[in-house]
Amino acid sequence: MALTAAIPGDDSKMNFAVLQFPGSNCDQDCVHVLRNVLGHSAWLQWHKERSLRGADAVIIPGGFSYGDYLRTGAIARFSPVMQAVVEFAGNGGLVLGICNGFQILCEAGLLPGALIRNRSLQFRCEHVYLKTVAPDSPFTRKIPEGRLLRIPVAHGEGCYFADAATIRRLFANRQVLWQYCDAKGRVSDDASPNGSVRNIAGICNATRNVAGLMPHPERASEGILGCEDGRLVFESMIEALTERKLAVK
Amino acid sequence: MNEPEITLELVQKHGLTAEEYAQICAILGREPTYTELGIFSVMWSEHCSYKNTRPLLKTFPTRSPRILVGAGEENAGIIDIGDGLAIAFKMESHNHPSAVEPFQGAATGVGGIIRDIFTMGARPVCALDSLRFGDLSSPEVRRLFAGVVAGIAHYGNCFGIPTIAGEVYFDKSFDGNPLVNVFCLGVLRHSQIARGKAQGVGNPVFYVGPATGRDGLAGAAFASQDLTEESAEQQRGAVQVGDPFMEKLLVEACLELLATGAVAGIQDMGAAGLTCSTCETAARACTGIEIELSKVPQRAPNMTPYEIMLSESQERMLIIVKKGREAEVQRIFDKWDLPWALIGEVTDTGRMVVKNHGKVVADIPAAKLANEAPVYHREAREPEYLKSTRAFKLDDLPDVKEPVEALKALLSWPTIASKNWVYRQYDHMVRNGSVVCPGSDAAVIRIKEDSLPPLPENSPERGQPVPEKYVAISSDCNAAYVYLDPYEGSKIAVAEAARNLACSGATPLGVTDNLNFGNPHNPELFYQLKEAVRGVGDGCRALDVPITGGNCSLYNQNPSGPIDPVPTIAMVGLIEKPEHITTQWFKDDGDAIILLGDAVDLLDPLYGLGGSAYLQAVHKLKTGRPPRCELEKEKALQEVLLRLVRSGWVKSAHDCSEGGLAVALAESCISQVVARHTPKLIGAKVDLARIKGIRLDALLFGESQGRVVVSTGPEQAEAVVAEANRHGVAARKIGVVGGRNLRIKTAHGTFVWKLGEIHDLWWNSIARLMH
Repeated sequence: MALTAAIPGDDSKMNFAVLQFPGSNCDQDCVHVLRNVLGHSAWLQWHKERSLRGADAVIIPGGFSYGDYLRTGAIARFSPVMQAVVEFAGNGGLVLGICNGFQILCEAGLLPGALIRNRSLQFRCEHVYLKTVAPDSPFTRKIPEGRLLRIPVAHGEGCYFADAATIRRLFANRQVLWQYCDAKGRVSDDASPNGSVRNIAGICNATRNVAGLMPHPERASEGILGCEDGRLVFESMIEALTERKLAVK
Repeated sequence: MNEPEITLELVQKHGLTAEEYAQICAILGREPTYTELGIFSVMWSEHCSYKNTRPLLKTFPTRSPRILVGAGEENAGIIDIGDGLAIAFKMESHNHPSAVEPFQGAATGVGGIIRDIFTMGARPVCALDSLRFGDLSSPEVRRLFAGVVAGIAHYGNCFGIPTIAGEVYFDKSFDGNPLVNVFCLGVLRHSQIARGKAQGVGNPVFYVGPATGRDGLAGAAFASQDLTEESAEQQRGAVQVGDPFMEKLLVEACLELLATGAVAGIQDMGAAGLTCSTCETAARACTGIEIELSKVPQRAPNMTPYEIMLSESQERMLIIVKKGREAEVQRIFDKWDLPWALIGEVTDTGRMVVKNHGKVVADIPAAKLANEAPVYHREAREPEYLKSTRAFKLDDLPDVKEPVEALKALLSWPTIASKNWVYRQYDHMVRNGSVVCPGSDAAVIRIKEDSLPPLPENSPERGQPVPEKYVAISSDCNAAYVYLDPYEGSKIAVAEAARNLACSGATPLGVTDNLNFGNPHNPELFYQLKEAVRGVGDGCRALDVPITGGNCSLYNQNPSGPIDPVPTIAMVGLIEKPEHITTQWFKDDGDAIILLGDAVDLLDPLYGLGGSAYLQAVHKLKTGRPPRCELEKEKALQEVLLRLVRSGWVKSAHDCSEGGLAVALAESCISQVVARHTPKLIGAKVDLARIKGIRLDALLFGESQGRVVVSTGPEQAEAVVAEANRHGVAARKIGVVGGRNLRIKTAHGTFVWKLGEIHDLWWNSIARLMH
């Protein structure tokens, strides 16, 4: 896939760097949605590069970076590009980690907690329902109130875990963005595909610029694939970025 | 290092006969070295040489105007799909390794077939697996089943390919001999087709991928013999270990390298590893090849030449590079942190020469090694058991007394029950191309620009928009039918695969077959193979679908006996427009339900009950003549169905197969999934009362061929029936979609099933058995 760099001077198009590690599998899917479906600029950012090339936001996609050797996401955090991402996030840049990307963000310390083996001990691929718990974030602001999102998960290690104090803090600070729920919005045990504490599917950091979620919004962004609820996550980011660009002017 | 002396015993241990040994000596003009003996033994094993099956396979139809690379030419066949695009696909077996080490056996099967696809220059975009196991009540069978599924999941998920279709059958005959047939499909432009040829004298030969170890030693020979306790134990070391992460790096690096134009030839190291890839590439190009084993990366100490040549360590490729362009190999493989080594060069001697530290350990004419394996015409004799199975009559069987219970039993019968326990372990959505996921008659994937391999920098095709394409795949084989009538059952496998594709809105383009049979030296088993090949061939000819390649797995038996014969058919089709993509579940209340095809085959004395799931599940009988397959009628039915789909009138289509009409109707009501624990159940009121004089069990559960249940908008029912009739296909409205139950009215009474109850039985049956 061609690596297109940021398009200078076109303020309506946001620039997304989609990280590519050895073993990333959903990198092309993210670029496809951002570029071909949503019409923005997106490129594959090789793990050995240190510059984010003027990206407005960074997506860390799903897959099995480094073959999940050692622990999922454990090696990726040491790559040159992740150093750039840590700096970018420190300066308030928007970062979204999807599935393996969420695991990498936790390993890198950009998000609290850890993702461990699914309660069922098996890989699970299925659509789930998500309840948006905190609508006030750059990742959730476009999601209509009360609207459940139907988005696929596909993971073997998606069970979110953190100690009780951290969990309390996450909820208190509105850092829990999404919880697994059933078709009626009930946050029940059964509704979770992996046994996460309090059905946590996705969270953000204290400064609300870095988020991670286990479900794959890029797989739910086109009608032909069955549902488009995932677009709302990307559209939230685009709206937040647009607002920032206008504010800077 | 001293090699063992060649004795008759050693020759036999290598699976070679005295005559084959004599032929080897004649080819070499002398006795072989130990390494050469090993090389011949793997290349001339059944698995690699098809020596027992070549005469039969020659009878397959293998050509059509769309074929770009045909059966037998290369590692996989390639078919044109229009607009300069093509698909490469193939199916292979990993049966013996999976019996011994289910996880790695299945995982490496997936790895191997993926490599066969990208070695053709195609980007692998989806996988399918056709699996057979014994009776699930056995803990050993459950262990094999769980291990195989976990192995496929591990490899496919990590590599990043959606395993999106397949089938799983359970039958006692597969106890101890599971069948693991794995399929992969890839996409490429016509201009990106790569060949496994050692072209260009003087061109350097590269080895890429992880170091070679002792794993998988002589796996090809292992696959070419019966499985016994002893052979299983001894051969545990023959099961290869796979690393899907390595394979992912390998595919990206190889596709990038191919885009540079620096590659003259490329082949994966699969069965018989370095041996097969070197001699086959040289044979295809009519050149020779010389390699130096001390240059081959090794991860075990003191490996002998024999071991290095026969190792089946995974994730390795042989690449013949254009002289002068070696630096590009190095640059790309270093980028992806993959080991590479320059191990030899292409020569003009026509010989495969293997040196170790400068000393020649093997020197064999490549073409003779690759192409002149002996060919055997085995004896075929109609099996004794057919006399009794053919004698079965319905007079001996009372009609069903509890049809409500019978349908429940069928829906929870593992072969019919939902396979979600399996496919929820597969990432079947990665790559954003899964338009119809597992759970319908055929899977459908969407091909778009990023499905294609990268283009060269200066390619005129760069920037050209890639039209989206929709490809459907299905695999089928009812082994009970093939056991009971090898010819007819095999025809049905082809017809059913095509019918499943038609139900999804696709026109068939090509087939890859995997023939799984017992020991070919047994005339009764060879009869099964011979008749199956005849049936598959006739089926493909009648339906106009060429075979693009495939695999043969023989010796599938253990001391308890052979497997039921299984000619697995994986068929690929093309759907013209996204609006034509059709799924099997009913859609809206009020829709009309129409049966295409005759409700019952009145010319079949068993009315479709022979070999049926009903007979097996409820009466514990595997007997009778299977249903008849009239290929011309099948063809007419499928053409009408496609015509109806294209007219936009078909809202759902589901073919009648195992369990007959009742199961097809039930599945149409209960198989739609919205999300986790969220099915969409929709009822049906069906009226078959006008069909009189037919036993109830035959009407509900008979498996007469050539039938599809479709649903249409209420206003379109008449037009659909008329259109079908106009083309000589029987059609009749049999009911209406809606309600909370499945209700079937017959001349014997009306029967009602609660949707929630039958859904639970069907959906959870296998999960319950596995816990």
